[in-house]
Amino acid sequence: MSSELRYTANTQLEHLHARYTGTGHADLTKYDWLTHQHRDTLASIVGHPTLTSYLAIADGESIGRVKFEMTERMLQPCGPPPRKDED
Amino acid sequence: MHLYNLTLQPPTATTQAIVGNFSGAKQQEIIVSHGTRLELLRPDVHTGKVATIIATDVFGSIRSLAAFRLTGGTKDYAIVGSDSGRIIILDYDPKTSSFVKLHQETYGKSGARRIVPGQFLATDPKGRSVMISAMEKAKLVYILNRDAAANLTISSPLEAHKNAAIIHHIVGLDVGFDNPMYAALEVDYTESDQDPTGEAFNNAEKMLTYYELDLGLNHVVRKWSEPTDPRANLLVQVPGGQLASSDRFDGPSGVLVCCEDHIIYRHMDAPQHRVPIPRRKHPLEDPDRGLIIVAAVMHKMKGAFFFLLQSEDGDLYKVNIEHDEEEVKSLKIKYFDTIPVASSLCILKSGFLFAASEFGNHYLYQFQKLGDDDNEPEFSSTSYPAFGMSDPTVPLPHAYFRPRGLDNLALADELESLDPVIDAKVMNILPNSDTPQIFTACGRGARSTFRMLRHGLEVEESVSSDLPGIPNAVWTTKRREDDEFDSYIILSFVNGTLVLSIGETIEEVQDTGFLSSAPTLAVQQIGADALLQVHPQGIRHVLADRRVNEWKVPQGKAIVSATTNKRQVVVALSSAELVYFELDLDGQLNEYQDRKAMGSTVLALSVGEVPEGRQRTPYLAVGCEDQTVRIISLDPESTLETISLQALTAPPSSICIADMLDASINKTHPTMFVNIGLQNGVLLRTVLDPVNGQLTDTRTRFLGTRPIRLVRVQIQRNPAILALSSRSWVNYTHQNLMHFTPLIFENFDYAWSFSAELSPEGLIGIAGSTLRIFQIPKLGTKLKQDAIPLSYTPRKFISHPTNPYLYLIEGDHRVMGEAAAATKLDDLRNAGHRIDEEVVNLAPEIFGRPKAPAGTWASGIRIIDPVEAKTLATISLDNNEAAFSLAIVSFAARGGELHLVVGTAADTFLSPRSCKSGYLRTYKFTDNGAGLEFMHKTETDDVPLAVMGFQGRLVVGVGKSLRIYDIGKKKLLRKVENKTFASAIVTLNTQGSRIIVGDMQESLSFAVYKAPENRLLVFADDTQPRWITASTMIDYTTVAGGDRFGNIFVNRLDTKVSEQIDDDPTGAGILHEKGILMGAPHKTKMICHFHIGDLVTSINKISLVAGGREVLLYTGLHGTIGILVPFVSKEDVDFISTLEQHMRTEQGSLVGRDHLSWRGYYTPVKAVVDGDLCETFARLPGTKQTAIAGELDRSVGEVLKKLEQLRVTASGF
Repeated sequence: MSSELRYTANTQLEHLHARYTGTGHADLTKYDWLTHQHRDTLASIVGHPTLTSYLAIADGESIGRVKFEMTERMLQPCGPPPRKDED
Repeated sequence: MHLYNLTLQPPTATTQAIVGNFSGAKQQEIIVSHGTRLELLRPDVHTGKVATIIATDVFGSIRSLAAFRLTGGTKDYAIVGSDSGRIIILDYDPKTSSFVKLHQETYGKSGARRIVPGQFLATDPKGRSVMISAMEKAKLVYILNRDAAANLTISSPLEAHKNAAIIHHIVGLDVGFDNPMYAALEVDYTESDQDPTGEAFNNAEKMLTYYELDLGLNHVVRKWSEPTDPRANLLVQVPGGQLASSDRFDGPSGVLVCCEDHIIYRHMDAPQHRVPIPRRKHPLEDPDRGLIIVAAVMHKMKGAFFFLLQSEDGDLYKVNIEHDEEEVKSLKIKYFDTIPVASSLCILKSGFLFAASEFGNHYLYQFQKLGDDDNEPEFSSTSYPAFGMSDPTVPLPHAYFRPRGLDNLALADELESLDPVIDAKVMNILPNSDTPQIFTACGRGARSTFRMLRHGLEVEESVSSDLPGIPNAVWTTKRREDDEFDSYIILSFVNGTLVLSIGETIEEVQDTGFLSSAPTLAVQQIGADALLQVHPQGIRHVLADRRVNEWKVPQGKAIVSATTNKRQVVVALSSAELVYFELDLDGQLNEYQDRKAMGSTVLALSVGEVPEGRQRTPYLAVGCEDQTVRIISLDPESTLETISLQALTAPPSSICIADMLDASINKTHPTMFVNIGLQNGVLLRTVLDPVNGQLTDTRTRFLGTRPIRLVRVQIQRNPAILALSSRSWVNYTHQNLMHFTPLIFENFDYAWSFSAELSPEGLIGIAGSTLRIFQIPKLGTKLKQDAIPLSYTPRKFISHPTNPYLYLIEGDHRVMGEAAAATKLDDLRNAGHRIDEEVVNLAPEIFGRPKAPAGTWASGIRIIDPVEAKTLATISLDNNEAAFSLAIVSFAARGGELHLVVGTAADTFLSPRSCKSGYLRTYKFTDNGAGLEFMHKTETDDVPLAVMGFQGRLVVGVGKSLRIYDIGKKKLLRKVENKTFASAIVTLNTQGSRIIVGDMQESLSFAVYKAPENRLLVFADDTQPRWITASTMIDYTTVAGGDRFGNIFVNRLDTKVSEQIDDDPTGAGILHEKGILMGAPHKTKMICHFHIGDLVTSINKISLVAGGREVLLYTGLHGTIGILVPFVSKEDVDFISTLEQHMRTEQGSLVGRDHLSWRGYYTPVKAVVDGDLCETFARLPGTKQTAIAGELDRSVGEVLKKLEQLRVTASGF
């Protein structure tokens, strides 16, 4: 992807961001970055069977419940976004 | 250091199971995914037992599985979604008994990523297409078809992406032969990401979206999208479409949307139906807690269908849809039965239910009835206004049922599973055992067990009876060649022979034609219907009409050894001569004119079985006192000529030639093995070349301290060998490969096959004066398990340094302790509530315990006697305290008296980790360790997750701080503290004044205690952040650790640094040294790294064979037990790594994951060779084996021998 970025510069950048969800850019806010990180982590936990088992044992829940709650949390893992300043 | 990784027991957790006709035959099979392994199971419809057909490592992580069948086909294929970024279609080939990769289509990056598909799979019920989806956004549809030659084809992918959509589940809709449709549960996060008020988040809708694959346009369109319950988690396909033959509809089509507390029937342009999920009416149940469905299965029968849904409590519900053509009349739900919570349910057409449990053993149930005519309350959507959908935002009133024992299902078979292994230790506790046992704390909740694993096969005894004397041999024989079962048992004593006949009872018989006044050397059913007895003075040939032809030994000589098969008899005389007899076509036993003089006393003889369709076997093996084994020809051209000779290290005690299949040597035909047992307990196994009679490929194995006796037997209709020494071993073929495993049973003096109506596949053995008939039920297993039940999830256990007892802590989150539950019930009773005692007293190991809110704990300490396999005592903790760590400490201040210290915490919350108060409970041992006496408890400010004895004091990891305590009268006294750790201390190890501290997120640090200044200082740490779960010290400067993501690694400290630290008496040097990279002043070096694919829960440094090398034995959460063996020589490292390289190119991963990148998932592999991959060399086709061996400048046999030797010398397995 890096070569794509290098030669086609900004014209393609927006398209690439749309294609690869979670890719960062220069104007990324802390909130966006953190939300992406959390979503990636949650998706990775659901995708690795040993991790879901581990969390289920620790928490005393069923694996199905752990997967469900993790997926639910992907919607807004870090709370609502900060208010944007007017200026 | 270079390590060789070998899996002794592969993971047994089942993450998913699918059912289908994978072999194309009538019978249905089940494919289960063990996370990194695929296994094909075949339930026997008649016996109800499940047999493993094949199991293969896939060297990748399997995330989803689906079965599909092309329209009009009779064979199912398996589609695998994994972390390889590829979709895989597998076919099971029954001829070679292996999975064949039909298609492998790359679509994305490897790894379990958010937007790379692989997490969910859905197939069109007519087998025309498949959808593979990621956790977010990406969904790909592949069209499946067949080409002109009827081969399966797969199209390029069609995208059905939706940006910013989190996908909960997808399913294929049953639409008959209309365009294939898929339903997906999606949530869009665009708006809630933009709205700072949080309103959009609260109003976020979960959409049920239909995607239609237009086969004409070759395009996927979003057909329909409607909001559904915001807590929906699972979709289930509802049958639909018309039959080709009639215009009747199979069902209404659409989906069941399983939500928290409700099930909704939903279809495009059709009214919805909603029913509540019935709940248990338990007085301690929290009525506000939602209930979700975690597993579901739909089953179609002729003209009808039903659903079985399982809740997270393990209750099964039967759901029915009443429909008139495409119109749904009602949706009905009722309680069916309760079984352990499953990760997958499979219903077989033969009336079985396979439940792959999410934790613990897996079960096969047989349907007794379908719950149609019982008194269970049924809840129908018609009893609610607007089919329960009058206001979808308001929940329906709760529906209740009473849980009860199994009624509709009956248990047919159980598959043992260690999953989850939470802690393990390897020790030799059992008396009279020369190999250590593996003790594992397994399981979750009330189904937890403490298991002792021993290397060996389980034996099931069916008869045991005492004999009048001590026999020295036993045989069984049929009367005629075509008899199904054996008729006689022949026992040989020092001065006579006893013949027993097998019938309804086993009783002595006299008129068999056998000589009873002399001992017997051999018994054989010979020819079509004759029997043969060899005794020291002659050979008796008993014909069918009881006439006896007797061959007498020349005067002054005696027979010392004999061997027989169906047509040939060879005896050795005391004069060191061999006499050869062969059966002619008239059934007459003829002596060969010459006798062969051996020149040395013959100790053992063996001929193989007569090959099918042949007159004779051409080779005889003779073991002589001069420590040689000679192969002698029995061919008519060269009768009794010596062909080859092998020198031995000790006189032979027994020889056995057997033709057995070993796919690593020959894929299709049995190989002729000559097994030579020596008097010093060593077994040699050589291959007899059938063309020239030479002995090649010798492998040795030490079996025990007694001279070996070898017996050829039949196990599951295949030839096998029993090798009897101070332990009994069995050598057999399983899944086309040879296995050599000890039997966990009494030592036998002699044994033979036994086949009768009651025990068709049995064995008979004599041990002293006892006769035993037994079976080996679980061929292929290497570890025998003995279990002790536990009450709660085990956390850790520890062994006592002097007595054989083990101390274990157990605890469960979200479970109320017994005392707390009893108090609450009493309160309820006093408040006038009626308590249903029957429901309260349900067995927790079947029904579980009622779920309590987060922060509630039930916990206890248990003393186990592993030798007697029983619990000696339990101490339950009250006040919502839970135990997290324990150690046995000898306090110097108490004169070295041993104490048990248990780290506990009250009101603990997991996320974020907090507690009201942590405690260190100190106990004294009473009753020689069988009891504990509480002394005092010391408060701490955080959870003590790790405790350990250290130089006559106690070192504790309390949250982020490392402390040393000494014992006091009323509590433990804090002496020194170090608070530089990042998250929480989870493991501790020590040698000398050095302490290795494992941090939950920040890897392993080296700390040192400097007594003169009372300083506790960290002087070295790791350069990588690792989420430590287990660690052990290999030597003073080296430590092995395992992390949460399935890596195992070895870190080493520079010896110069190590010496420098030890030479500094006060620690002032370390104190003033500048830290590097915001950490300690020194860094350890990673010297080995390997990804095992399972979460490492324990690492032990242990020698598994008496006198063998020390290895690292690790356990994984999903039930993996493996070892890391250090290589002894550079040549071995070069040889095995080169072999591994070749194997990587030859044996691609079944899920298309690159092997090197799989084993280097997070960090590149370093200095570890994957033995599991190398051992698949045995399964490669012969030409490839030869090619690889050629590249390595070895023969195939040498490569195989090296691999076996690595396994056997390190593990004995």
